[in-house]
Amino acid sequence: MRYGTTPSACAALIRRDLLLTWRRRGDALNPALFALIVVVMFPLALGPEPNQLARIAAGIVFVAILLAGLLALDTLFRSDHDDGTLEQLVLSPHPLSLLLASRIAVHWLTTAVPLIVIAPLLGEMLHLPKTVLPVLLAALALATPLLSLLGAVCVALTVGMRRSGMLLALLVLPLYVPVLIFAAGACNAAQAGLPFLAPLLWLGAALALALVLAPLACAAALRISIT
Amino acid sequence: MSSDHPQTDIPLLQAQGLAYARNDEAVFGPLDFVLQRGEVVLIEGDNGSGKTTLLKVLSGLLEPVSGSIELDGEALTLARISHQVALLSHLPGLKTDLTPLENLRFTIGVFGMRPGITPALALASVGLEGYESVPVRQLSAGQKKRVALAKLLLVPAALWLLDEPYANLDKEGIDLVNRLLDAHARRGGAALVTSHGAYAFTTGTPRRLPLRQSA
Repeated sequence: MRYGTTPSACAALIRRDLLLTWRRRGDALNPALFALIVVVMFPLALGPEPNQLARIAAGIVFVAILLAGLLALDTLFRSDHDDGTLEQLVLSPHPLSLLLASRIAVHWLTTAVPLIVIAPLLGEMLHLPKTVLPVLLAALALATPLLSLLGAVCVALTVGMRRSGMLLALLVLPLYVPVLIFAAGACNAAQAGLPFLAPLLWLGAALALALVLAPLACAAALRISIT
Repeated sequence: MSSDHPQTDIPLLQAQGLAYARNDEAVFGPLDFVLQRGEVVLIEGDNGSGKTTLLKVLSGLLEPVSGSIELDGEALTLARISHQVALLSHLPGLKTDLTPLENLRFTIGVFGMRPGITPALALASVGLEGYESVPVRQLSAGQKKRVALAKLLLVPAALWLLDEPYANLDKEGIDLVNRLLDAHARRGGAALVTSHGAYAFTTGTPRRLPLRQSA
């Protein structure tokens, strides 16, 4: 008799999710396209004045990426909930929080990493100063996993409801605002020639905390949603 | 594992005074029953009599309001449930973008595998030979049900909780479910099967557990 071990279960989940993303690779580009469209709108609306755009570039990139992430958030547990896979995962002999952490990791990899990859392009379109770009990327690398983890807890709470879109946005936004403030704050400080390390360190600390606590909260919330 | 050396005197599953209520409204129970290894019991009841809820309580998804459940003579905990119990609910838990084989591999990764069986063999024994690499999306409802049954064949659980396993199946499929249940019982497993009774058990006469709504 061979029972599934926890590492094999996490590996199976990661393999399955990557395979599913590959099968629907057109959909996987949606968040990146959305962010691109948002960023294209700003020069059209504000005028192509480079100085004006450069001043607000980092903020626009962050808001666009945050909204794109919010758009992709609902898919995190939706299909697993609707087809009964979530029920099976809850009944599986493994810590649910670890399984969910793998799920969130793949979700971040497939939705947020493409956004980080196109971030230099988005910055360039808004005349973001070259010196700020490394800070922007560092802030994104810390902020996007944090957003995924915080969002996952809220999705887990609302996945049992049929029309959870509005509620999800209301739950998520207050949690996203501090992340946005610190991430954009780091870029603005770098742009003004001020020290930018402190807000980045705050993001790192919050990420470390969320990495440990969010999967546990997520598991507890999912157990409630399912029953 | 105790399931490798079944002790015949201890029942696989024993429930005493088991009851569940949703918002203070009784769904079923109190219910007493014993399920021995090698036994298949049919849970009978009308629509809304709590058959699915009973299976969810026994699988550990829902917490009973009163009563006790013993598995192999020990109180149920989630860790024990998950190794011993397989639930086939009305949601098949299949990814429609993946092939049956890929779905089964995922199940094996999470739940493990019985000795002496492979995913391909399991698919063949539910009559899906040749459909290994067709996306589940393209299969009929009955064929999806058969993939879900193949999952049951692979996982090492001793207790099967089957919610309406006959739904969507043709006559041959119903025979298949009965054959799978017989083979499982002969291996020392046990099963609780719900059905609203329309076409269950064309062969044999299983024990029946009637479920009535408590007044």
